[in-house]
Amino acid sequence: MREMIISELTQAMQELSRGFAHILPRIIVLVIVALAGWVVAYLLKVLLRSLLRLIKFDKLSESAGASQLLSKAALPSATELLSRFVFWVAWLGFILLGISVLGVFGLQEQIAKFFLFLPRLFAAFLTMFFGLLAAGFFSRAALLAAVNANLPSPRLLSVSIRTIIIIFVLSMVFEEVGVAEETVLVAFGIAFGALMLGLAIAFGTGGKDLAQQFLEKRFGQKRKDEEKEDELSPL
Amino acid sequence: MAEESFLTDDFLGQLISVGEVDILVGVPTHNNAKTIRSIVETIQAGIVTFFPRERAAIINADGGSRDGTPELVVRAAIGDAKPGSKLYALRTLPSISTQYASSPANGTALRTILAAAELLRAKACAVISPESTHLTADWLTALLRPVYTETFDLVLPTYRRHRFDGILLTNLLYPMTRALYGLKIREPYALQFAFSGRLGSQFLAQNPWHEETARAGSEIQFTLAAIGGEYRIGQSFLGTKQHVERHSADLVPAMRQTVGALFSSMEPNFSSWDTKTGSQPIPTAGTEAEFTLEPLRVNRKRLREMFSTGVAELEPVFQSILSTSTLAELQSIARLEEVRFHYPADLWAKTVYEFAAAYHKSVISRDHIIQALAPLFRGRALTFLMENRNGSAADVENNIESLCLEFERMKPYLLEIWNGGE
Repeated sequence: MREMIISELTQAMQELSRGFAHILPRIIVLVIVALAGWVVAYLLKVLLRSLLRLIKFDKLSESAGASQLLSKAALPSATELLSRFVFWVAWLGFILLGISVLGVFGLQEQIAKFFLFLPRLFAAFLTMFFGLLAAGFFSRAALLAAVNANLPSPRLLSVSIRTIIIIFVLSMVFEEVGVAEETVLVAFGIAFGALMLGLAIAFGTGGKDLAQQFLEKRFGQKRKDEEKEDELSPL
Repeated sequence: MAEESFLTDDFLGQLISVGEVDILVGVPTHNNAKTIRSIVETIQAGIVTFFPRERAAIINADGGSRDGTPELVVRAAIGDAKPGSKLYALRTLPSISTQYASSPANGTALRTILAAAELLRAKACAVISPESTHLTADWLTALLRPVYTETFDLVLPTYRRHRFDGILLTNLLYPMTRALYGLKIREPYALQFAFSGRLGSQFLAQNPWHEETARAGSEIQFTLAAIGGEYRIGQSFLGTKQHVERHSADLVPAMRQTVGALFSSMEPNFSSWDTKTGSQPIPTAGTEAEFTLEPLRVNRKRLREMFSTGVAELEPVFQSILSTSTLAELQSIARLEEVRFHYPADLWAKTVYEFAAAYHKSVISRDHIIQALAPLFRGRALTFLMENRNGSAADVENNIESLCLEFERMKPYLLEIWNGGE
């Protein structure tokens, strides 16, 4: 009996040692890959940060209105945020690569899925950034055109254009990352339709006088009379 | 001859058949059938009267007229023996027309005229606006004679204008060009001017025609190229410039064409203006400028409203362009009643310089920067109107002079913010 116990214990110890001997090199590989990954990710971060500073990415982000959003959310600058994002994605990628070496059942598939998701995440990030840039540009263009044409409520026009573009961009981003695609699509349709209907009702009924004034000013006799008075020649 | 390729074969053929000329007059047109006949006849009269022995040609660069303007130009050519003509020329005086595009573009029109001048080896060239209904034969000699006989490279016009005509010139283009380059050029943006063949060739070769900013406002770019290249520049008094009725919607395109071109030229010409202080007069035939004082109906209330609305509505845009102190001062002016409204010269100069620096640094889209200046210019125009409402011609001239001196005094501020500062 005693011998049997000793034999079983020895066998168990041997199996443990074999298992440990089997896993230890893999853990060492994981640590090495993680450390190497940290170095590579850090270098990528430094390189990207310098590049973004060189192309004045923060200025672009500021004119897109992204900087204001980040500052309101107590987040760092766009350059810092993108650099950190790349650092974590790269390092996480290396860690997952290291973990795949461990040969844990089912983990391989999840890791493969993560790597397949990365390009979509990056595309969503880019869509968001350029979408904000476009929203900022077109809303400012509308604001300037409305002010110089002496149209009523230029700020309202500009904010409406900005909101429509941002809603459109958000729906694209959600679709890209695959978050509640149908819900977002329906929500976008409802929001856009409601906004247009609201504007039409507001302008047609609530702003009847304003609409009349606007149309008269644009196409009526009053405009002709006013313009006849403004005879300053700039050149 | 690098520029040959953009000219049509037909036009090139006609130029070759003309051969070489001494004098060339270019007329850029677009649907000017009403005035073009008298313009061409006046040009012909000027050439026949003042340059009878010189070989001359008239080139019409048309931007897709649909009213028969080019045909009218071509029909006006003086042949060896033209029956029924009132003009008796010693030489033939060909009039050639070419359509450079289906829509008008000042830059391409000028480029076409410059290329034709180079091909014909013209010694002196003049560009005449088809809207110059006050054009006389004397204008032609006033512009061309200094280039043809006195070795001037660029002759710009000065006019007798209404005191409130050309308000963008008197309140921004003239003071700023003068402060930057140290030359008292009254009309840096001219639609009538004369130039030497060598200046024309140099501008044709060096202007980056493929860039939108180079094509837009090419007239002012031409003047600035002459200043930058240290060519000999002069002015000639031409007489009365007719008042062209404009609407408020014309301001932004006019600013793009002139202020946009002036701002964009500051970067490549930095070495030409950074060390200049004060300003010098340039040789001028006749008086520098004259003003007429007849009353003019201007909607001052509308100007003030557009200024105040602009300052209030464009605050987020101005925050990227202007310094905090300038914006605060503008906001306090925007709150003033019409009778107390005053946009002082020093603040106007500071505003323009901050816009120029913002344009240089591209803090936002450059076109948006130019558009944002329009409502502020309306405020300055209103102050200019109020200051000179009851003034004599001398008072108007003194007012413009003091504004110019303010621009010159503030120039160190421009240099300070150009590469750094606020």
